[in-house]
Amino acid sequence: MNEDDVDRIDRNRRHFLTVATAVTGAVGVGFVAVPFLSSLKPSARAQALGAPVEVPIGSLEPGEMVRVLWRGRLVFVLRRSEEMLARLPENLDQLDDPNSEVIEQQPDYSANDTRSVKPEYLVVEGSCTHLGCAPLEDFQVRPAENWGGGFFCPCHGSKFDLAGRVYKGVPAPTNLRVPPHRFVRDDLILIGQDTGAA
Amino acid sequence: MARIEAEVGKPQGGFMKWIDDRFPFTETLKYHATEYYASKNFNWWYIFGVLAFVVLAIQLITGVFLTMNYKPAAVDAFASVEYIMRDVEWGWLIRYMHSTGASFFFIVVYLHMFRAMLYGSYKKPRELIWVIGMLIFFVLMGAGFSGYLLPWGQMSYWGAQVIISLFGAIPGIGESLVEIIRGDYSISDITLNRFFALHVIVLPLSLIGLVFVHIVALHQVGSNNPDGIEIKDHKGPDGVPLDGIAFHPYHTSKDLVGIIVFLMIFSSVVFFAPDLGGYFLEHANFEPANLTATPEHIAPVWYFTPFYAILRAVPDKLWGAVLMAAAVLLFVFLPWLDRARVKSIRYRGWIYKSALATFVVSFLVLGWLGTQPAGGLYLRAAQFFSVLYFAFFLLMPYYTTIDKTKPVPDRVVYHD
Repeated sequence: MNEDDVDRIDRNRRHFLTVATAVTGAVGVGFVAVPFLSSLKPSARAQALGAPVEVPIGSLEPGEMVRVLWRGRLVFVLRRSEEMLARLPENLDQLDDPNSEVIEQQPDYSANDTRSVKPEYLVVEGSCTHLGCAPLEDFQVRPAENWGGGFFCPCHGSKFDLAGRVYKGVPAPTNLRVPPHRFVRDDLILIGQDTGAA
Repeated sequence: MARIEAEVGKPQGGFMKWIDDRFPFTETLKYHATEYYASKNFNWWYIFGVLAFVVLAIQLITGVFLTMNYKPAAVDAFASVEYIMRDVEWGWLIRYMHSTGASFFFIVVYLHMFRAMLYGSYKKPRELIWVIGMLIFFVLMGAGFSGYLLPWGQMSYWGAQVIISLFGAIPGIGESLVEIIRGDYSISDITLNRFFALHVIVLPLSLIGLVFVHIVALHQVGSNNPDGIEIKDHKGPDGVPLDGIAFHPYHTSKDLVGIIVFLMIFSSVVFFAPDLGGYFLEHANFEPANLTATPEHIAPVWYFTPFYAILRAVPDKLWGAVLMAAAVLLFVFLPWLDRARVKSIRYRGWIYKSALATFVVSFLVLGWLGTQPAGGLYLRAAQFFSVLYFAFFLLMPYYTTIDKTKPVPDRVVYHD
């Protein structure tokens, strides 16, 4: 290359080619990234295993609770006694969301005073809305501690009442989530599905 | 410049020359060891870089051997670890070396970081070494966390549940991000499998790469020393820093003593107290994961507890997560937060000395609080020490400016 050639270098064209190559390459990388990132999402099998589960509740006594797994998540089914139900409206002023106004935390049919389809049966995910620990049931009423019974998370001290409603001033931001569910029969709950035939 | 011998049949310089013509072996050795000059006044605080390297080697070797018998599946994982412990010849030793190595990695790295804070090793011109070192620290935290899930014990499962849920606190994308991390609607076999991939491939590879870059950056600038002076400013006629001695054989032979002492302590733990009273291996983790019940008392392994205590100190999900992340990330900015003209603690004033002492106390107390149940007085204490912890970083630009420093000598000083 002699000195005359140097003058003939079209720098604009070089710049354009450099940028065009880089942009095309970046678009290519973007497209290639899609299958890799998508492979990280729940697979078809994981989705299929998320099928609904049936919970027989015929033998559940008032005040008794069962734990079941749905999609690998813990779900509490609590049959509340008359006395427990009577206590629900007592501590409303200490609750963060007494009227279930955070809509993601329950289906419409559970956004009521008892957060349930049938007042007796509470169905909530046993996963603290703070960091996912399983809350412990603590149904003992202790007026001295201002505790009307409910759930207590051992990890970071969040408290929920007997409708899974979160108390104020605890780390958990929202009420326990109510999973989609419906009563197939009076003594059988289907968790994970709320429409169509069982 | 070396050039390949043209004259066939007349080899000169022997085998090493043959190699050096094709690969810069002798040159590299000189540059990084026999002619790498580090200050002659190193004290024992300068052993931890070498020790971190030793622990890395222990982790890589024992890790490979564990992989040969471990099964990354939810139904098999716990049993395969028990199999390693009971049926594989010497399997217990290899596993205990690995689990003890994880804790010692953090002990060594925390002390290595403290050394940098004592002698201002992160200050100009070594900012990049510090930043790379912090990346190593982050990868190490990832490796510790992902590795802890693998035995699929109670604490593995619920610890992962808590830490992964932290990402759910990010507004907007949180929930879908959590789903992508888990690859499922809850922590499952799928999660375990991908954490295994991270733990044995992605993170170790990143670690090795970052350690390499860390050392290259260090050797470009040169090591700091307890006086915090630049030994390269005073060179002899041969171009060698007057206060420097070659890394090999001088520093290496001294380091060998340190390595032996370290291995004595390390072996004592491996042989006599591999769980170290529940601090290195938590007792709840000797039970297989139970998806229906969180252990009564849940705490991460000790090396995460200072940050965990900060998380718990905040009674709000998002802010707890934000402050916890900030507590870790703030270290990265030390080179720019510290405005002092001197590097070493030897020439700093009482303000920085008190600040550093307060920080160390806060870090240790938070670490202890993180292992205890939260609530009441402990919670108040965690909040108090979290404030001190953050004050150390956030007020640093101010107090390092007004702190009265002493004049720094030109050359290395001996106090005998």
